[in-house]
Amino acid sequence: MNRRRTIGSAKPKDAAGLTESETRCCDGPISSNESNTCCTRPSWVTGYLQTAAGGVPSVTTRLRLRDHLGACVVRCGIRRMRYRVKPGLYAVGACGPESPVFVSANYKMSFDRLRSELGGIDAWVVVLDTRGVNVWCAAGKGTFGTDELVNSIEQTRLSEIVSHRNLIVPQLGATGVCGREVKLRTGFSVVFGPVRAEDIPRFIEAGMVSTPEMRRVRFALRDRLVLIPTELMIFGKFIVLIAAIHILVIRFGTGLFSADNPQSANVSAILLKYGLFLAALGITPALLPWLPGRSFALKGAWVGIALALALVGYELACPEPFDIWPTAIALLFLISAGVSFCAMLFTGASTYTSFSGVRREMRIAVPIQFAAAIFGVALLVAKNFLGT
Amino acid sequence: MSSTMMKKHRYLANVVSLSLEAEKCVGCGTCTQVCPHEVFAMDGSKVRIADRDACMECGACALNCPVEALCVDAGVGCASAIIIGALLRKEPSCDCCCGDTGCD
Repeated sequence: MNRRRTIGSAKPKDAAGLTESETRCCDGPISSNESNTCCTRPSWVTGYLQTAAGGVPSVTTRLRLRDHLGACVVRCGIRRMRYRVKPGLYAVGACGPESPVFVSANYKMSFDRLRSELGGIDAWVVVLDTRGVNVWCAAGKGTFGTDELVNSIEQTRLSEIVSHRNLIVPQLGATGVCGREVKLRTGFSVVFGPVRAEDIPRFIEAGMVSTPEMRRVRFALRDRLVLIPTELMIFGKFIVLIAAIHILVIRFGTGLFSADNPQSANVSAILLKYGLFLAALGITPALLPWLPGRSFALKGAWVGIALALALVGYELACPEPFDIWPTAIALLFLISAGVSFCAMLFTGASTYTSFSGVRREMRIAVPIQFAAAIFGVALLVAKNFLGT
Repeated sequence: MSSTMMKKHRYLANVVSLSLEAEKCVGCGTCTQVCPHEVFAMDGSKVRIADRDACMECGACALNCPVEALCVDAGVGCASAIIIGALLRKEPSCDCCCGDTGCD
């Protein structure tokens, strides 16, 4: 608390506005707790650099345990939209008027990726207010865009701080940033940098030129695996809800929905099925390039069919498979429709699906998924009628 | 990661809305620099669409083309956004669960 005050009175108008509590970057209440990095001086700010346009926060290029833990928590889908840094200008190393200027988003993971690759490089970083969204997604929405960049250049008084007139914008920002317009409105020329921050040192070495490899977006196994926790958290909420309703209906239902046979009333067997369903949703992104077909719905359907067959095999292996076939066919339709639908939603997290492509895929897949699910439910209801 | 591994990701064929008016092209090569999927290739003093099906309609090329030679119906390739957009009768917009991959 005391520290914050000292910084605040010493540099009331630092370029990133870190001490301006009324323009705090987080949505939560202002807290004197030091761990709330949004509202106090963040742990990665090491000091302030005096410039012609006031004090600019200096940041370390080393990621600390807290940064890594923060990234893990966010990957698990917790407080993702609040993982932000304050928009504004930051200094890396001993930068001066000649140092290059990088542009980033105020999603902390984007900013951390960038600064962690700037070790040994003296540079300025302009963080745009993308409302806590990464560069690519924000560029698609327009928040990482020409207007925001032009405003930031003016607000940070960048032209007074640097003598050159060049900006390095991440290539994926090109969806929202028109280089020509930025040049016309601010005098700064935009050079599109590499897709991945890890290529920045090589990009600088090559004289601010990206190789074709640096320009290409990947979606390798590792890139897909890190997305799985977020996916599972999103779907998990719905699945827990549906499983709870299912169990309540089985337990307390009457007539058609009552538990007439011990198998359908077995709570752990029900939970196992939902758990496996969730696992199937996690497996689909991991196996993406190896699943047959190009549409995500089809890829998901294969995983669903495999899971349903495994469940049927498990039931058949039981000592007394009870009335297995109607249930097995119903499961096959329900599970493959469900996994197919959820796999289709993964198009949003993938790096290569087009709007027109997803629309075409959905026009074909959604009616089929819907029909399969209805058929599965109808079969289960009919089985209950006939079976009792 | 090898480039052969990346070639495994192919989305639906013959669907994207990207078009190039070759007579307008001035051969500046900006589109080749901003495209994340190597859709364009320089062909002498002009660009050509080398891999149309790899286009994900992000719109970076059309936005940065100095002579408006490129046209694409840019949008999010996201099923949830399309569903939510249809339900709310709004333009599909990525507001829920963006992937973080490669987005520095």
